[in-house]
Amino acid sequence: MTPAGESGPQRRDDHERVAFERLIPSDVREIEPIVEQVTRECRGLALSARQCALNVPVALTEALSNAILRGNRGVREKHVRVRAVVSDHALVLEVADEGTGFDLDACTIDPTSPGNLEREDGRGLFLMRSLMDRVERYADNAHNVVRLTLNRS
Amino acid sequence: MSFSIKKQGEICVVDVEGQLIVGNRQELKQKVLDELEKGEKKFLIDFSQTGYIDSSGLGVLVSLSKKIREQGGELRLANLNDDLKTLFELTKLDTLFQIADTRERALESF
Repeated sequence: MTPAGESGPQRRDDHERVAFERLIPSDVREIEPIVEQVTRECRGLALSARQCALNVPVALTEALSNAILRGNRGVREKHVRVRAVVSDHALVLEVADEGTGFDLDACTIDPTSPGNLEREDGRGLFLMRSLMDRVERYADNAHNVVRLTLNRS
Repeated sequence: MSFSIKKQGEICVVDVEGQLIVGNRQELKQKVLDELEKGEKKFLIDFSQTGYIDSSGLGVLVSLSKKIREQGGELRLANLNDDLKTLFELTKLDTLFQIADTRERALESF
């Protein structure tokens, strides 16, 4: 992955365009400004106020946090790619790190069960899956990608 | 993003301005733990100026709640907007914390 910097909207096909794409170093201080920029892009789409204020920022923060701290283990020289793709029907957020990946189902716990309620960790994947319509993980050219899909209402 | 702590009577009131997320949660945790170490027992965190909270932020609140309880104190929350209320309901943390609609009601509840 080479730093690509900012790229403007580009057409992918008639119904899909890349609205946002960045490559960032593995530093949690990068998360807030990136989430703010993506959320700003979302305000121009047919997404609800709640989707813009809650679903997108929280789910994207979780995906970025996982990519930086778990996928890339906080090694600043490793990069995380963030891409937002908009179609007629959905907003798709893709977060790619340089890690080996993980089993989405095996790593998702139920933080609402009585035994887990007072755990400090373990809510990230649960929140992503609760706030997005679909969460997928796949490998792409030795990168680990988490794809979050939110249907446009 | 910033955290400020003010005393109102015997209660430490913490205002969270901006987001409470992985990049700043330790700052909030340390500020509250510093006050706990000084002997403060009653804490109120006011979210009226908060944007969103991620799982790390929620985790810090859970951790602080436990540490404060262990010292015989109490942690209460106030002013969650509808989106933040949804977050607490999704994670069932609304059952773990005492949450007041306003700062005044929270202060009266101690």
